Amino acid sequence: MRLRITFSKTGSLRYIGHLDLQQIWERTARRAGLPLSYTQGFHPGPKIQIAAALPLGFAGRAEVVDLWLQEPSAPLSPLPSASAQSLPDMAILQSAAPPGLTILRIEAVDEHAPALQTQVAAAEYEVVLTEAGYGSDLRRRVEELLAKPSLPRERRGKPYDLRPLILALDLLPDKEGIRMILAARESATGRPEEVLAELGIPLEVTRIERTRLILKDKLQLTKS
Amino acid sequence: MFIPPAEIERRLERILLTVQKPGRYVGGELHSIVKDWDAVQTHMALVFPDIYDIGISNLGLQILYDQVNSRPDALAERAYAPWSDMEAPMRETGIPLYSLESKHALADFDVIGFSLPYETLYTNVLNLLNLAGIPLRATARDDRDPIILAGGHACFNPEPMHAFIDAFVIGEGEEVIHEIIEVVRDFAQARNTARKQASQSTAQRERVLRALAQIPGVYVPRFYEVTYQDDGTVAAVTPNIPEAPPVIRKRMVAKLPPPVTRFIVPNIEAVHNRVAIEIMRGCTRGCRFCHAGMITRPVRERSVEEIVAAAEEAIRQTGFEELALLSLSSSDYSAIVDLVTAISNKFGDRHLTVALPSLRIETVSVDLMEKLKDRRSSGFTLAPEAASERMRRIINKFIPDEQILATARAIYSRNWTTIKLYFMIGHPSETLEDVQAIADLCKRVLAEGRRTLGGRARVHAGVSTFIPKPHTPFQWVSMDTVEQINAKLDLLKHELRDRSIKLTWTEPKETLLEAWLSRGDRRMADVIETAWKNGARFDAWQEHFRYEAWTSAFAAHNLEPGFYTHRVRRPDEVFPWDHISTAVRKKYLLEDYLRSLAGDIRTDCRQQCYACGILPTFAPERREHPGNYWKCPEVKPAARQGAAAENENRPQLLVIGEEA
Repeated sequence: MRLRITFSKTGSLRYIGHLDLQQIWERTARRAGLPLSYTQGFHPGPKIQIAAALPLGFAGRAEVVDLWLQEPSAPLSPLPSASAQSLPDMAILQSAAPPGLTILRIEAVDEHAPALQTQVAAAEYEVVLTEAGYGSDLRRRVEELLAKPSLPRERRGKPYDLRPLILALDLLPDKEGIRMILAARESATGRPEEVLAELGIPLEVTRIERTRLILKDKLQLTKS
Repeated sequence: MFIPPAEIERRLERILLTVQKPGRYVGGELHSIVKDWDAVQTHMALVFPDIYDIGISNLGLQILYDQVNSRPDALAERAYAPWSDMEAPMRETGIPLYSLESKHALADFDVIGFSLPYETLYTNVLNLLNLAGIPLRATARDDRDPIILAGGHACFNPEPMHAFIDAFVIGEGEEVIHEIIEVVRDFAQARNTARKQASQSTAQRERVLRALAQIPGVYVPRFYEVTYQDDGTVAAVTPNIPEAPPVIRKRMVAKLPPPVTRFIVPNIEAVHNRVAIEIMRGCTRGCRFCHAGMITRPVRERSVEEIVAAAEEAIRQTGFEELALLSLSSSDYSAIVDLVTAISNKFGDRHLTVALPSLRIETVSVDLMEKLKDRRSSGFTLAPEAASERMRRIINKFIPDEQILATARAIYSRNWTTIKLYFMIGHPSETLEDVQAIADLCKRVLAEGRRTLGGRARVHAGVSTFIPKPHTPFQWVSMDTVEQINAKLDLLKHELRDRSIKLTWTEPKETLLEAWLSRGDRRMADVIETAWKNGARFDAWQEHFRYEAWTSAFAAHNLEPGFYTHRVRRPDEVFPWDHISTAVRKKYLLEDYLRSLAGDIRTDCRQQCYACGILPTFAPERREHPGNYWKCPEVKPAARQGAAAENENRPQLLVIGEEA
């Protein structure tokens, strides 16, 4: 069975990277008694796919991971475990998760659907300014930026255009800050820090949260 | 300097993304315990003075964390050494050393306990005290400062660190930690008052230290005077207050408490990502170079049932992918076959790696490892330590070549492609011929592998250098000089050029530093402080190790490093650590040293008691736990009384003739 779990990643977990998160999922599943499926070969590893790496320091409000479970075998732990027929209990999975990892939704998906990473189309971010003095005039700067037909930039020595990667950009209604939706396809990913650079906002005075991932097939899937 | 946790967190947030691994500095791990600060009386910080990645895997600290936090009246939180990329911005932005749980400054705690399993952590302790804003010297602290404790294997010679630590815990900590908390409890209140009034009084501190000095196994250096002979050796160590005992005997837990099962699960990768369960403590083999084997006696075993149940519970609690069954000599665990069978039945199909280190070199060990294999590793480790028969007799680790080769055959034939062989060079009276034997043995082991696996067979030889450690039969021995060690290493490098043999070794200068620190007396404290000021820290890390910081520190204090390491001692020399007792008598160690010179081996002392001193010293504890739990054989009452009487009549200073 292939499980799709929507979760948030906050608190001290903001400082934990992608590979470590993979390990956290493996251990969380083991603690919850979920029988993870393993890859074949000399060094078998659990089958876990995280939709998109979250940059260090960013919180994630609705991240997505896929876990593959074995057909039910002998129970692995005294805890009730998931069978191929029923979804695992959300409360049990939550109690096995470390602080900062909150389970929002568990669903079964088609085993043979394409890799989760390839299904991500876009991501939405909220950027809150943590220090005064950078927000004045923000609306005008946002509008000017959106009015430009192209935003030529360079990443790792390669020129590219940031403008078409910005799908939406506006001010936060209740706080000093901005909300943006950026393309997050494998071949074309916009980064919030690049948009901030264009707006003249230094990274140190921001708190960034990825509020949802937008999948190709289910655009509303992770809206919280 | 009083910085509240919220302010520390605010400053942290500004720098965390500028460092390599911010996950080291934020806490929030599963099973870390955050108590209400104001709801407990005693606040203890437990510090491992190396980086998080290493410290988080330390079992000793985890045990104490568990013990302290089990008390409703106390809390324990953790701190580790920030790596250099973190230390710099911490100092720039005024972030003091803080605890991971509640982000309190370390200076806010009532007690700080440093774990010192090895000596190359000493400069880090100084650096951390400095980063915490706590005076380095114990005598410079007043009632506002926390009590600074240290414990761990290195503390069996506490003298080099005597100036910086208020009280040392000698031996096992599980019981004594509670006695310490009882004593420190009212100091916590007095301290708060002193901080509010900015009082520089030391009366309360003095009072609590006197009380600590009376706890068995606690050593408070300020209550002892050291006098020296003209030749620079110690004349005597004498208490200067009536409450302080002349000899501080180690603590020993007669029955091991239940193993920890709620291990803190780090969110980032650590050196060991595993559940660690001690299957037994102590070792009866009596290898003469081995510090751990001498200071952790007697052997106490946990039952198979207790170990399996704890492993099951710990895996369920932590989700770790590895289980390590730890001891100094796993093959000597009485029910090792039953244990391995039970563990492999229970965990065989769970994608769990089981580590069983320290197996004896015999084919049975290969059977045991075979049973435990799931994710098969490619290497198998053996530790012959020496390769010539003469050396093996001298160090009392006698394994015939044929047994080693038979074991190697068994390993390669079951498809392990690499055998890792551990050796030590610089054993007492070792010659180049003995070192040549190491090279020859490596080649013969490889030849066994080639016969079975052809070109795939590998040997990895790991060579370290012998240090004559305190409290061992070799404490009288002079160490090899750097030149001698280099000559021996050169021989090995020349002989082991085969592409299928990998040779790794410890840098002689690093070994030398460890030797100075482990054998030092009180005068070493100045050297350590100066070396730290010269920039020494993270001495256990090759990239940070600065030999010149140490040699110039020795020079600054007119001390000759060779005095500590390159000198044969008279049998009656008073060692700086003689007032610390491991319960193994000095006379016994000397006897064993003399036997070594004669090439006499002593077999496993479970078969026959050699009267090392453990049984008479811990007679009441033994009476409480008769039978098979301790592995000391039953000794006839007459003999036991005889040994006890001998022990009492024997002062610490043993005088025998030079010619002995």
